[in-house]
Amino acid sequence: MKRIVAFFALIFATPLWAMPEIQTIVTRQGVNAWLVEDHNIPFVALELRFIGGASIEPLEKRGVATLMTGLLEEGSGDMDAQSFATARETLAASFGYDVYDDALAISAKILTENRDDTVTLLRQSLIEPRFDTDAIERVRSQILSILSSNEKSPRDIASKHFNAKAYGNHPYATNYEGTPEAISALTKNDLIDIHRQLLVKDRVIVSAVGDISAADLSELIDHLLDGLPQSSDRPLPQSASVTLDGTIDVIQFPTPQSFVIFGQTGIAQNDPDFFAAYILNHILGGGGFESRLMTEVREKRGLTYGIGTFLAGRDYANLLMGQVSSSNDTVAQAIEVIRDEWRKLAQNGVTPNELAAAKTYLTGAYPLRFDGNGPIANILVGMQRMGLDPDYIKTRNDRINTVSLEEINHVAARLMDADNLYFVVVGEPVGLANN
Amino acid sequence: MRKVLLALGTLAIWATQSAADLRDRVTEFYLENGMQIVVIPDNRAPVVTHMVWYRSGAADETPGSSGVAHFLEHLLFKKTKNLADGELSKTVADNGGSDNAFTSYDYTAYYQRVAADRLELMMSMEAERMVNLDLGDDEIFTERDVIIEERNQRTETNPNALFREQANAALYQNHRYGVPVIGWRHEMSQLTLQDALAYYRQFYAPNNAILVVAGDVEPQNVFELAQKHYGPLPANPDLKPRSRPQEPPQSAARRLNFIDERVAQPYVTRSYLAPERDSGDQRTAAALTLLADVLGSGQTSVLKRKLEFESKTAIYVSASYSGISVDDTSFGLAILPATDVSLEDAEKALDAAITSFLEEGVDADHLARIKMQYRASEIYAQDNTNGLANAYGRALASSLTLDDIHEWPEILQSITSDEIIAAARDVFDISASVTGWVSNGKGEAQ
Repeated sequence: MKRIVAFFALIFATPLWAMPEIQTIVTRQGVNAWLVEDHNIPFVALELRFIGGASIEPLEKRGVATLMTGLLEEGSGDMDAQSFATARETLAASFGYDVYDDALAISAKILTENRDDTVTLLRQSLIEPRFDTDAIERVRSQILSILSSNEKSPRDIASKHFNAKAYGNHPYATNYEGTPEAISALTKNDLIDIHRQLLVKDRVIVSAVGDISAADLSELIDHLLDGLPQSSDRPLPQSASVTLDGTIDVIQFPTPQSFVIFGQTGIAQNDPDFFAAYILNHILGGGGFESRLMTEVREKRGLTYGIGTFLAGRDYANLLMGQVSSSNDTVAQAIEVIRDEWRKLAQNGVTPNELAAAKTYLTGAYPLRFDGNGPIANILVGMQRMGLDPDYIKTRNDRINTVSLEEINHVAARLMDADNLYFVVVGEPVGLANN
Repeated sequence: MRKVLLALGTLAIWATQSAADLRDRVTEFYLENGMQIVVIPDNRAPVVTHMVWYRSGAADETPGSSGVAHFLEHLLFKKTKNLADGELSKTVADNGGSDNAFTSYDYTAYYQRVAADRLELMMSMEAERMVNLDLGDDEIFTERDVIIEERNQRTETNPNALFREQANAALYQNHRYGVPVIGWRHEMSQLTLQDALAYYRQFYAPNNAILVVAGDVEPQNVFELAQKHYGPLPANPDLKPRSRPQEPPQSAARRLNFIDERVAQPYVTRSYLAPERDSGDQRTAAALTLLADVLGSGQTSVLKRKLEFESKTAIYVSASYSGISVDDTSFGLAILPATDVSLEDAEKALDAAITSFLEEGVDADHLARIKMQYRASEIYAQDNTNGLANAYGRALASSLTLDDIHEWPEILQSITSDEIIAAARDVFDISASVTGWVSNGKGEAQ
């Protein structure tokens, strides 16, 4: 390969190109939104986030936000579930309704040709859901079915156990999809209440990308949200205190391959060391085939098909987490290798070559994310949620590039805590006792 | 709804225009060594997807070495004459790109997604591994462990996947589609370097390959680069047209009773042998595509309305069909019954719903809505160039032509209700079907 590398050495530097121009808008009703105008394709991708998400629901009614969100498209205004679906199909609009710990997410693709009718229909589902009895029972049975499947899924079993261990009394410690008991007990009034408290104007974030002007978007948003209450009585959650230690928990489950989640305390997005930690995670287990853990656990030893780590930044907690699957008779070895790599990274840091390679990858890959209306709308709403400035996308690569070897190795020593790296193993692992 | 319907008229024109626009944008070339090249320009972002598709997959394996097509796909990331082990992926990452590969029954594909000005580097490396793989025995055994872990992760830990393997093996009595792509475990564990290299020498050649480049590129420039890097590779003169053992007439309905303690909720599936999209002959497949939508996609579909909304027999029902396949494909139905409904009653309700659908016919408004959504999907699809590259590559690698791909949207729009019902009557032939009951062996479902 030497020949080819020499030939292409000239173009290895990161290219510069125009990133999308973000317009910031404040609507007449006072809602903030970000827009990237692009008139190439006649539709607009719209993203809304109502922050607070399932974490603002009462703990004894865990799952109520999930059931309510599932019912938004099951009848509203003068339409029952079938009429609403018929109307949406007629407009060929795409509406997505989703809720998780930190937000309720609405994603829509709206054709330019029938934009007004589509927005009116979407608005009806947000403002005037009917919560019809037969719809409640149908969606309730679907959620109960999902919960029952999760009980037999190693991934979900591991995740449930991990969260309970990590997050103490915080809502994150329990599953926002609820328990069968809680879901079964929910009433129409519970749904009306969480709808009233979650979909409020002063907790909404909006982004749009595509075939629309700033003036039209501003009007669209005010029309879409017209009729929602201004604010919520339900406070946002407090920060969670992460309570992980270096134990290994084993949950017996009949399967030939164990599924493992591991994690420790992470680092906040606004921490001065965040970018160093971000690069560090990439070198450890964040990047494709080249990460240390992929090299050690998969490439050299063949103990897994895949292993990865990530900085799990939520609104009220930060973790450094990872996951791996390995045969029952090799999973103990995989865990040993992972803890070893953790320790090595804390003690010896990374090499100048690793740092340089990570920077080239991360700075080169960043612009590739901005490749369509849908993906850009998602990036924008994510930035707004993290409180970033629109200019961030122009300075982000510089922040990566200025991290020095000393800084990243300082962060490696500060962050990587092999003795408090917690593992939960679901399967029938050989040579691992529950300690 | 009149206002909405007026708007629809103009949308139809929009969608037709955008489909025509795509047809004009896509360019096709052939190299002298037989390699097909398709370019899909999209200049919105300076990104390119570079894919090489081989018209061979798991269905082309020699019996006894199941999984070798996929095993070889893994090995193509190892050492070649001019690339060290792992160097290709590392080079892609060093350029801010991402890369991977996938294997199916009818094709094996390799791709990189990277800044558009790195296209030539991608071509130079992909051309290198098409002909210069350089592996030793000891290098392959760790990777064999990796694919067995992959099988563990995808199949052994998942009772639904284990059942699907059994159902496929029962549906196909003679065709290799009945053998899992990842391979049967006992054969995977015996795969050798010789098996992998035999497959490599037979199928990895420019006259068996399609290059798809999508993104911020000029077609003429892509063609020149391709000529430079792929042009010098020799064609394989011994490559034969694809011809696999075909299905005999099927004359016995098969029933499976699959029990695994990890099954959370019992369900019933039914698969029927079904015709695929053939070049120049896509109407039946188009009717079956719409049949699957009429029956199972969206809240207003026939099965969801009858079984989830009206009788409340089911928590979930589905209908599925994918026409892109070299040989006979399948049409699938599934029902997850409500908690107090047995598998037997669920199966009866599913059959009764299909029977009454065949008598009632297709609702004209419903069909119009489905067609409207296909027109809109032409617009939405243009937002995802990577997805377009995938769709083109998959169809071309499955014996369809660019004309077939471009005619498909119009064929879908022209299918009548009668054609859908006729296709349904043909495909729902119980003697060419497999019915599966999946449960954990507890409860009265048995």
